[in-house]
Amino acid sequence: MPSLYHYLSLSALLFCIGIFGALTRRNAIGILMAIELLFNAVNINFVAFARFIDPQAIVGQVFTIFVITIAAAEAAVGLAIIILIYRQHKGVDVDKVNIMKW
Amino acid sequence: MDLSLIDINWQVITPQIILAVFGFVLLLLEAFLPKDKKGILPHLAWIGIALSFFFSVNLFGSGFSGFNGMALADNFALFFSFIFLISSFLVVLLSISFLKREEQVRGDYYALLLFATLGMMLMASSFDLIVIFLGLEIVSVSLYILSGFRKKDPKSNEASMKFFLMGSFATSFLIFGIALIYGNFGTTNLEKILFLAPFSGVFAGASEFLLYAGIGFLIVGFGFKIASVPFHMWMPDVFEGAPTPIAGFISAGPKAAGFAALLRIFLLAFSSIKPDWTLIFWILAVLSMTTGNLLALWQTNLKRLLAYSSIAHGGYILIAFVSGSNSAISGVLFYLSAYILMNLGAFAVIISMGSKEKEGTDLYKEYAGAGLKNPFLGVFMAIFMLSLAGFPPTAGFFAKFYIFSSAIKSGYLGLVIIAVINSLISVYYYLRVIVYMFMRPSAEEVKPVSIPFSLGLVILLTGIGILALGILPQELLNLAYNSIF
Repeated sequence: MPSLYHYLSLSALLFCIGIFGALTRRNAIGILMAIELLFNAVNINFVAFARFIDPQAIVGQVFTIFVITIAAAEAAVGLAIIILIYRQHKGVDVDKVNIMKW
Repeated sequence: MDLSLIDINWQVITPQIILAVFGFVLLLLEAFLPKDKKGILPHLAWIGIALSFFFSVNLFGSGFSGFNGMALADNFALFFSFIFLISSFLVVLLSISFLKREEQVRGDYYALLLFATLGMMLMASSFDLIVIFLGLEIVSVSLYILSGFRKKDPKSNEASMKFFLMGSFATSFLIFGIALIYGNFGTTNLEKILFLAPFSGVFAGASEFLLYAGIGFLIVGFGFKIASVPFHMWMPDVFEGAPTPIAGFISAGPKAAGFAALLRIFLLAFSSIKPDWTLIFWILAVLSMTTGNLLALWQTNLKRLLAYSSIAHGGYILIAFVSGSNSAISGVLFYLSAYILMNLGAFAVIISMGSKEKEGTDLYKEYAGAGLKNPFLGVFMAIFMLSLAGFPPTAGFFAKFYIFSSAIKSGYLGLVIIAVINSLISVYYYLRVIVYMFMRPSAEEVKPVSIPFSLGLVILLTGIGILALGILPQELLNLAYNSIF
């Protein structure tokens, strides 16, 4: 029977992978995927806490549904923005999208 | 849970509902209205904002709460609603002639503006971390789209992409923080957290760690949203690339909304453990002020300069979190009201000086001699710059004065000395704008620009507002003092 610590460790690990991906990826879509990983790490946290901490077990689950919904909305907007970038630069490499500095 | 027990009380969010309705109507009209009739869309937008403002004024002093304590219409929330509604009203006025110039008169622009305002009002009026997160995301997603509104402009696209990637990265930190705090207390309601915070958490054993890690993540997340150093990187790029009215909007509303949520979370819910987080805000305040002002010195682009100035002003406001007294909170309210006026005024002048071809450059040297050719713009730009620098008798002076004096009363003299030195540094780059406008000969023939009615109205209103607040600050300060939680 996995305990709360197992879930929290999994979530922390996933969060670290997400941060690593978001910082090292050069492809905009890759960064977007890493950010989705971050959101899902948070979801695991919420569900685990709702199961083990919250007697009513409602807030964490509700929050998770909100996070999933908002992640979907963000992904939709983000992909639209990335398509704009693709049309301008014929590619989605974030290093090449760098007109403005300092 | 028995659903009939939930106390809804729609009255609490009537101003928000009005904005939502008008936003959807604008979206529908955008789809079905013939092209030559789209001129009425901005008028619909400001009518919606005015109606929402009217209902907010009606709610003032009622202190209603609804949705099981998740939403609150206390004076604090309503004061912030006034700030948001006034700033988006001014931004709608700014956008009318701007969009006409860009040949982009579209309803979705105004709809997104209304949705962003709605999100900010939700953030200020919420008493639960879920609603704060929801409001924040409504604001952010609308602004990601709005900052990329000039679709064919590579700079606008780049601004939008940077804003989106960094913004959603920051959001994930914010909700991770909320998750940890939820794990510590077993609730996301700020009132319950307020009661539980002095004691150790529900989750015995690692509770201290969970709580402090959660607070750290929250500060990182909100630090991005209010653009405090070292989480400020997105702001100058977004300001430079985004359409100018939207840059003005980002500097005013969303920033104020971030501060509203921060005030509620830290100075209310976590007030009992204030000694534990004061140092973090001290460091953030000093870093934001100093970095913002020093980097602003090197800017040649006026919009980037205002971005760094906005970061520095964020630093001044963070001082209030360090002192944390009631007078500091009312100082924040006063500061933000003054700040939206002077910043939107400055952006109105930038829009009047620009043209479709030049959009996105806004260099200093283009302003050389412009003050003499356009005395109206020159004089008001001088007022806005003096107010941003904090000269009396403008609103900017009293805004700084109240925050600094409350910090001295709470015993943070060193912080105030750093802040005053920073204000002196900032005088240099604000005055440089005025010097360019009035004392440099223009390189090429600067023609007097014709100012559209709506832009002139914004400049006039904000200018008069700044002077009025600078000469008679007491009225607004009393209102702010009655509006703290």
